[in-house]
Amino acid sequence: MKPTDIQNPEYFHKVVDCQYACPAHTPVPEYIRLIAEGKYTEAYMINWDSNVFPGVLGRTCDRPCEPACRRGRVEEEPVAICRLKRVAADNKGDVQQHMPHGPFASNGKKIALIGAGPASLTVARDLAPLGYEIHLYDEQKKGGGFMRSQIPSFRLPESVLDEEVNYILDLGIQKHFNQYVSSLKEILEMGYDAVFVGSGAPRGRDLPDLPGRQEGAANIHIGINWLASVAFEHTSKIGKKVIVLGGGNTAMDCCRTSRRLGGDDVKVIVRSPFAEMKASPWEKEDAMHEDIPIIDNHVPKSFVIKDGKLAGMTFEKVHAVYENGKRKLVPTGDEDVFFQADDVLVAIGQENSFPWIERDLGIEFDKWNMPVVDAVTYCSTNKKVFFGGDAAFGPKNVITAVAHGHQAAISIHLACEGMDMMQRPAPHVNLVSQKMGIHEWSYDSTVSDDERFVVPQADKKVTLVNRKQEVELGFDRLHGFKEAQRCLNCDVQTVFTESKCIECDACMDICPTSCITFTVNEEEDQLREHTKVPAHNKEQELYVSDILPTKRVMVKDENVCLHCGLCAERCPTSAWDMKKFFYNVTKAVNACQQETVM
Amino acid sequence: MTYVRPKFRHPELKKNKLGYTVSYYEGALSTLCAGCGHDSISAAIVQACYDLDIEPHKVAKLSGIGCSSKTPAYFLSNSHGFNSVHGRMPSVATGANLANRELKYIGISGDGDSASIGMGQFVHVIRRNLNMLYIVMNNGCYGLTKGQDSATADPGSKNKTGHVNTFQSIDLSSLAIELGATFVAQSFSGDKKQLVPLIKAAMKHTGFAFINVISPCVTFNNNVGSTKSYDYVREHVEATGTIDFVPEMKEITTDYAEGTMEHVVMHDGSIIELHKLAQGWDPHSRISAMNAVQLAKAKNEILTGLLYMEHESQELHDMLGTTEKPLNTLGKDVLCPGAAKLRELNATLR
Ligand SMILES: Cc1cc2nc3c(=O)[nH]c(=O)nc-3n(C[C@H](O)[C@H](O)[C@H](O)COP(=O)(O)OP(=O)(O)OC[C@H]3O[C@@H](n4cnc5c(N)ncnc54)[C@H](O)[C@@H]3O)c2cc1C
Ligand SMILES: Cc1ncc(C[n+]2csc(CCOP(=O)(O)OP(=O)(O)O)c2C)c(N)n1
Ligand code: SF4
Ligand code: SF4
Ligand code: SF4
Ligand SMILES: [Mg+2]
Repeated sequence: MKPTDIQNPEYFHKVVDCQYACPAHTPVPEYIRLIAEGKYTEAYMINWDSNVFPGVLGRTCDRPCEPACRRGRVEEEPVAICRLKRVAADNKGDVQQHMPHGPFASNGKKIALIGAGPASLTVARDLAPLGYEIHLYDEQKKGGGFMRSQIPSFRLPESVLDEEVNYILDLGIQKHFNQYVSSLKEILEMGYDAVFVGSGAPRGRDLPDLPGRQEGAANIHIGINWLASVAFEHTSKIGKKVIVLGGGNTAMDCCRTSRRLGGDDVKVIVRSPFAEMKASPWEKEDAMHEDIPIIDNHVPKSFVIKDGKLAGMTFEKVHAVYENGKRKLVPTGDEDVFFQADDVLVAIGQENSFPWIERDLGIEFDKWNMPVVDAVTYCSTNKKVFFGGDAAFGPKNVITAVAHGHQAAISIHLACEGMDMMQRPAPHVNLVSQKMGIHEWSYDSTVSDDERFVVPQADKKVTLVNRKQEVELGFDRLHGFKEAQRCLNCDVQTVFTESKCIECDACMDICPTSCITFTVNEEEDQLREHTKVPAHNKEQELYVSDILPTKRVMVKDENVCLHCGLCAERCPTSAWDMKKFFYNVTKAVNACQQETVM
Repeated sequence: MTYVRPKFRHPELKKNKLGYTVSYYEGALSTLCAGCGHDSISAAIVQACYDLDIEPHKVAKLSGIGCSSKTPAYFLSNSHGFNSVHGRMPSVATGANLANRELKYIGISGDGDSASIGMGQFVHVIRRNLNMLYIVMNNGCYGLTKGQDSATADPGSKNKTGHVNTFQSIDLSSLAIELGATFVAQSFSGDKKQLVPLIKAAMKHTGFAFINVISPCVTFNNNVGSTKSYDYVREHVEATGTIDFVPEMKEITTDYAEGTMEHVVMHDGSIIELHKLAQGWDPHSRISAMNAVQLAKAKNEILTGLLYMEHESQELHDMLGTTEKPLNTLGKDVLCPGAAKLRELNATLR
């Protein structure tokens, strides 16, 4: 193999598995260390810069970082990255002093943002300090998008959401709430320099053709509409017996909300096998903890109406059969089953819908009626119109919406400056030795043996009678510290200098997880077989040195490196060093600074 | 600060026949200097014992005093251990071995420990062909007491203070061959490919197996001008050949030129596969082995690999005709047969 090019920031970025997996590339280990040091404000600000909603995400994030966490490859459970974010948010001091403050000198440009969800709010935050006049439109009465209308208060208290939405609105954003945009053409005619569409995926799927759908309509609700109606306090009750159809997170929010609005006998009924449900494992656990059974392998067949009113539903029993990796649900042949219900919530997915976008504005739509959007710039085929969040590529999650927002803001800024949108600003990177003495590092290199700590929850007796009572209580500071110590500091990189190596094998011998091998150089596939433990996880890179005096190379399999620093402590010549790698995605605000520097 | 090794290990570590991963053979975290050759030798012992499916509780590690003699703490935590007095490991090993012949004995010594204060013990344990593996971690100096020249320092070799040694050096391998050791090898701490199979073969050998391992002291004797530095050894090392240890009943597939290949079948059926490189060297002849060592020396080379091996030798127990069983398994009546038996015995001596 060729020697690894560690000058390319993406090499070490990839070693920081959590940060790499985060759509917004939040510098995770950096903020976790700050939490361990009790520097909650600083930890919050690292998050705020990257993901804009630390308090919200510390409670609700889909956490793509956690399955990626290296700790999950050396023991059972990854670090509770998400819930640590909440520790920063819960314990922070005055963060506003570290945020930009208006009024900002105008740059004479005007931007419209359609929809006030996380994607639009991110664009607003990134562009307002640059002097853009920002007009934020939403049909709801407050900002936040689905974070407000869909995520129930028992998972996300309104005060937390309000606080973080207001940090952005306070930057001098022009609010146009309670205002449904019915024509993009009209907006474009208002002379905006750019329009960002962050309108989400607002249409809930229905089962229009199922027998009884019409007759039972009064007691059959579309999940996301029903949740919004609960959030905005138009709905406060539901029947005693409730069936929730669907297996995603919306279904979980629907069933748990039903339990709080009078549903005693709430069931989730889903077509797919339990293990294949879309909902996150922790959401399923929380639902079951609230005495909600999840009945899998049942396909809805009909709504049963008695005396003109919904009485329940019938289901066909199926089982999953797999053919060339494709799943098919095949009827078991058993008799159909009937379940009673006073109300049914249909939570079987959502889709995009753009009835308010005229099709003659130069915005191309594909065969699924989705706008054609560039995955790097988030620009549509109309160079003034950008898409992000669920509106761009279908329903995802908050952190993805934020990541889109950052990139769209950069594109909008580049476009408004008359620059090439494809010339993306480089990330901000830094690599600094942590060495303080023979056995001393400026990071806490000791690897904690603790297993993942469980976040305490409020008693069911309290949470089930008050829709607004938050279920999770969050880690206290002590447990926050202990959980933070589980982090392996994967951003503290092992950096090898071949010219210093005397090939004493000390690093190879000491490494607890057998990461380091000295061997003859070969092609990657062979080399992977000849490392101390075969390097079969191909998603993880091999770090290969140049040829050493004995004609061998140093090969490090990054897979399960604990970043314990023992290799560097054992190296007599400091051929290994532990260097902290800081990688931060450049936002529109800093992009502007970079230009002035250049 | 890292004075503890993390408990996590690679999740895909393979298990040996006993169901242990290599980590079961580890010891405590070493306190030796970073880069010390001795740590590499410890790692080689760990690897060899794991590969040989040795039950750690059937091993006894013994040592004298020195950095080298500290290493038994850093391998095989689950084995028996005895850290004895400076230079006196051989007598402790002899006593232990006589009391329990079923354990495997690994003696670790240094060049100071064996070639100076312990020389008397060293030569006699060889003569007696005690069934053990005796490793000298040879760095040409007294590491533990801050690097004074030892008796294995070569004449002309310069130490860290700039002092040049004027005395003759003791060549431990030649001495071992001369005194009748039945397995003699030489190696380098920085060459595990050679060292691990040598340790395995030595552990399978019945009788006294000696390995002299050049093991640089990074702190006091790794300077330019020293003949025991990493650089010097790498530049001057020559191998008698390669050695491979083949567990029993495995088909032998390596293909070498006619006459250079030899298979030695050990007591338990395992096989040592020797691929000879040195010209005119016969590992079963003391004279030939001695010649090879001296010839290399004359050429300023350090000869490594297997030097000499006597396959069917009588170890101490055989020579003394001692009991087959460890003493701790014999009952009191056997160990202490009583006054009548003593009288009987005394009578035979009158
Ligand atoms: C029940 C449910 C629970 C969820 N839970 C989580 C969770 O726990 N964690 C997570 O990360 N994600 C969750 N999600 C997904 C997440 O809410 C969305 O992916 C995210 O909010 C998308 O952000 P966005 O900025 O693209 O748009 P949205 O948040 O969807 O906001 C779009 C806004 O645009 C407004 N709008 C749309 N069209 C117009 C128009 N024509 N004129 C004016 N206003 C308009 C809408 O009213 C809405 O306020 C959940 C989704 C649902 C349905
Ligand atoms: C009876 C006695 N004499 C002297 C010493 C001092 N002493 C300790 S270690 C040592 C030499 C060790 O040299 P070596 O065996 O080569 O070990 P190394 O540290 O080089 O591995 C000496 C002389 C001692 N501990 N005990
Ligand atoms: S930091 Fe070094 S010693 Fe520790 S696990 Fe990683 S490679 Fe191994
Ligand atoms: S410990 Fe240092 S000098 Fe020794 S082999 Fe490793 S990198 Fe090279
Ligand atoms: S003094 Fe020399 S022999 Fe002793 S531990 Fe240090 S390097 Fe090894
Ligand atoms: Mg010594």
